[in-house]
Amino acid sequence: MTVKEIFDSMDYGPAPESAEDALAWIVDQGAKFGHFINGAFTETGKGFKSQNPANGETLATLTQATQSDVDAAVDAARKAQAKWQKLGGHGRARYLYAIARLLQKHSRLFAVLETLDNGKPIRESRDIDIPLVQRHFYYHAGMAQLMESELPDREAIGVCGQIIPWNFPLLMLAWKVAPALAMGNTVVLKPAEYTSLTALLFADICQQAGLPDGVVNIVTGDGAVGEMIVNHPGIDKIAFTGSTEVGRRIREATAGSGKSLTLELGGKSPYIVFDDADIDSAIEGLVDAIWFNQGQVCCAGSRLLVQEGIADRFHDRLKARMAGLRMGNPLDKCIDVGAVVDPVQLKTITDMVAANEAGEVYHAPIDMPVEGCFYPPTLITGLAPSDRLMQEEIFGPVLVSTTFRTPGEAVALANNTRYGLAATLWTENVNLALDIAPKLVAGVVWVNATNLFDAAAGFGGVRESGFGREGGWEGLSAYTKPKGKTRPLTTIEAFKGDKGPTDPLDRTAKMYIGGKQARPDGGYSANVYSRTGALLGQAPIANRKDIRNAVEAAHAASGWAKTTGHLRAQILYYIAENLSARADEFAARINALNGGRNGAKEVDTSIRRLFTYAAWADKYDGQAHGVPIRGVALAMKEPVGVIGAFCPDDLPLLGLVSVMAPAIAMGNRAVLIASEPFPLAATDFYQVLETSDVPAGVVNILTGAHGELAKPLASHLDVDAVWSFSSTDLARDIEKASAGNIKRTWVNNGQTRDWFGAAGEGRDFLQAATEVKNIWVPYGE
Amino acid sequence: MTSQTTTSDIHQLPQTLEPRNPGMALDLDWVRRVQANTSAIERRAATLPGRRSVKKDYQAAWLCRAIACIDLTTLAGDDTEGRVRRLCAKAKQPVRADILDALGMTGLTTGAVCVYHDMVPTAVDALQGSGIPVAAVSTGFPAGLSPFHLRVKEIEESVAAGAEEIDIVITRRHVLQGNWQALYDEMKAFREACGEAHVKAILATGELGTLRNVARASLVCMMAGADFIKTSTGKESVNATLPVSLVMIRAIREYFQATGYRVGYKPAGGISKAKDALVYLSLMKDELGNRWLEPDLFRFGASSLLGDIERQLEHHVTGSYSANYRHAMA
Repeated sequence: MTVKEIFDSMDYGPAPESAEDALAWIVDQGAKFGHFINGAFTETGKGFKSQNPANGETLATLTQATQSDVDAAVDAARKAQAKWQKLGGHGRARYLYAIARLLQKHSRLFAVLETLDNGKPIRESRDIDIPLVQRHFYYHAGMAQLMESELPDREAIGVCGQIIPWNFPLLMLAWKVAPALAMGNTVVLKPAEYTSLTALLFADICQQAGLPDGVVNIVTGDGAVGEMIVNHPGIDKIAFTGSTEVGRRIREATAGSGKSLTLELGGKSPYIVFDDADIDSAIEGLVDAIWFNQGQVCCAGSRLLVQEGIADRFHDRLKARMAGLRMGNPLDKCIDVGAVVDPVQLKTITDMVAANEAGEVYHAPIDMPVEGCFYPPTLITGLAPSDRLMQEEIFGPVLVSTTFRTPGEAVALANNTRYGLAATLWTENVNLALDIAPKLVAGVVWVNATNLFDAAAGFGGVRESGFGREGGWEGLSAYTKPKGKTRPLTTIEAFKGDKGPTDPLDRTAKMYIGGKQARPDGGYSANVYSRTGALLGQAPIANRKDIRNAVEAAHAASGWAKTTGHLRAQILYYIAENLSARADEFAARINALNGGRNGAKEVDTSIRRLFTYAAWADKYDGQAHGVPIRGVALAMKEPVGVIGAFCPDDLPLLGLVSVMAPAIAMGNRAVLIASEPFPLAATDFYQVLETSDVPAGVVNILTGAHGELAKPLASHLDVDAVWSFSSTDLARDIEKASAGNIKRTWVNNGQTRDWFGAAGEGRDFLQAATEVKNIWVPYGE
Repeated sequence: MTSQTTTSDIHQLPQTLEPRNPGMALDLDWVRRVQANTSAIERRAATLPGRRSVKKDYQAAWLCRAIACIDLTTLAGDDTEGRVRRLCAKAKQPVRADILDALGMTGLTTGAVCVYHDMVPTAVDALQGSGIPVAAVSTGFPAGLSPFHLRVKEIEESVAAGAEEIDIVITRRHVLQGNWQALYDEMKAFREACGEAHVKAILATGELGTLRNVARASLVCMMAGADFIKTSTGKESVNATLPVSLVMIRAIREYFQATGYRVGYKPAGGISKAKDALVYLSLMKDELGNRWLEPDLFRFGASSLLGDIERQLEHHVTGSYSANYRHAMA
């Protein structure tokens, strides 16, 4: 076309970013890659091809890791770890800073390579992915520097196995590697097999930064390699980002292994538009929500909820906007939507949309490339929550839509999902925004914006979107553990006996469910004897139906989550007050139960503990993160929900109080399984609760065999977290059963805890009792 | 902006078919419903330059289009007839002839020449036969606070003197006080005074306080019959910006969707780089479509922009970076 013809047509024309340097880098490496283990690239082995999804061309051949490769990587990481940790925060900060600088110096090379390998538009890799990668390393250089002063009680976990997805290859690497290294861990990372190239370029950068050998190890390959990492006994922690299905398998595979685990999984994030929103801006936001990275984004705003009064206008304008999207060569600087990562993914998207018979399907009427993995931006209106596409993650450029009538209905629709990763809401009414944001079940909420990310604000989900946060102060707990040594815990058996009761007047101990004393559903009780064999009474034997009832009662008490910290503090103090009034009786009971002489001390410590959490109830503050926008990211600490807890066996009162108090102080409802061998202090304790204004259902107490109850409690799909401090090692059962709804777990792995000391209370408990929700509120008029 | 065919093959305006915005009754419900979320608008504006890119011949063609949309402007207290004649000569030959030849764009002119009332006869005379219309700033420009009847009279005199386009300034006070009826009445009176001449409503957005005010003022002026809405006089401390532009062109789009009438847009002040011009053109193209890339619906109010575009075009033709003195001054 001549200049004159273009002058008349005013078309955009091609604006390609050169691939030359990136391709030259690949050629320099021989276009064949081994793994990066112990500071060096290994010989290439049997492998697979890495392709450019935009044109199907092979970029390089990668090596499929074998078990011995993974062993070598883990071995190298293990050998390097102690020295890396000992280097200290400042020493590690220097390396992380160097990596950040090198990433910046080679930013365009990384961006182009990412686009070649993944198919995302160069605009995104250049302006979003790579800058965020750099930011993560800068930020965590700072965290390394501050670790000793700000996290004096935490230390590295050890060797981390990290498995990352193909949608943000280098960014997910950064999210995992930067905090791990900052906290003194070493890593074995497996990039996705579709998109390993920028990870290998990163390995190159690690060499240039002089990073000690073995601190970062990268092995390539498919899911089989991931399994080798997950099951490797030499790994202390697994961090996974990917599908909920695979995350669930990892949860099951690591159950009982003692490995710590964080999962960042799928989503079907709601995008709510109220009728007073800036409609054009909300529509532009959708471009960044669901057509960003071809919709292959775990937190994509994929479920549009529009208030009825503006729905038609909104959909019309949205369709007009979609017609203006430009799809094509991802290396073109004038492209909005690039290629889907692989033909397999393209087929998944195509099949899912083709199978849908509900609503109206609108494909953007835009020019599509003739070859390569491209799927048009798509809007499906008129769906109901019962339609499959409203519930299942498509992971493609497909937006589904329905309408709502009231703010309350918007929240109900938004939360009508198994997922809980992110949510977006648009309104010009600050009252509405700040009312709705806390009600949305999600780890991240964006107000009048979408897909904002920063290293300073934690990212991660709830429900089946996983657990753990990446970024911010809240992200560091995923890569640290409390300092201090623990000992193996031996199972504490109940005393046996054949004598009669010491007091012939019968007292019937019951369970405590929904504020009422409840007999066991099964109608069975167990005799409880003293050390000397005297019959102390009977404790009910709970079964799965009692668990069901207790969980239902706990849900009925959901209003507790909305009470003020001040009120919860008052109630905790009141419990302490009433316990204190009966201190002697409880002390005697404890001594009778466990045959010790520490009853008085246990009661006193229990009262102190109640005071501790009464104190914390209104002081475990959230944070306003310093994110680089004009606005705030409010890290709100929210209750986890319903927490099921197996109480410590050895301390019948202090153990129960130590798990109950932090749970309810933070607004959770608790289903507590009392000490198995010494249950009768717990059954006395509900009388204290009854006299202390604890609302019905906030605390529920069951008695019975921990081993029997672990599975029904941990597999209950309406329980949000399960803790175990039982002397029966329940870790495997609980972690495995928890995979059903990916609930959070906190288990002792058969190790002791000093309940009388500092380890018995404090921030670890508060953290386990809360989820951090980051609410991004850009502002400005 | 009446249609006049120039002697060259570069037609200025395919404008004969575009019906003028007749305006409509003031719809206060609509005005008050309008929202503008500043931070979201700023994000869109900030990322736009990274989302769109035109290269090589496309860039040259787009820069030529930018020239065709320039209201080449002089609005200075020391303007003289001589100065205005020079400006008009530049409007007729905005780029060195050999460069235009090389581009195949011989005959390209700017969209209009924009002057104060006193200079209208000079400009009209200087542009005789060129097809380039003369625009006059009016109504007590730039503050717009002279007596109302004089402001109306000023329009009438400029039109009588041969101005085909009148750039009026609104009373900012009406916007800041939310007195939409007063703004509507004022604008309607100005439009009537213009007669056949097209009217551009200068909102002076740098003095309106909020983007929401910009959106509402844009809408009210269109309802009152503005042919164009324009950001600034060039005399405010903040002139045309991308966020303000986004708000105004979204208002234009909404007005078009509701009424079927296309209103033009003119960012003015502060646009001095060729790259900025490309961003503005892509903003218009993406938000409103190609129709709004024609000079009858889009103008740059600019004085120094042309110089930068000339250098870029010479670079395109020769491959060497250019120098100011190689291009004729206005």
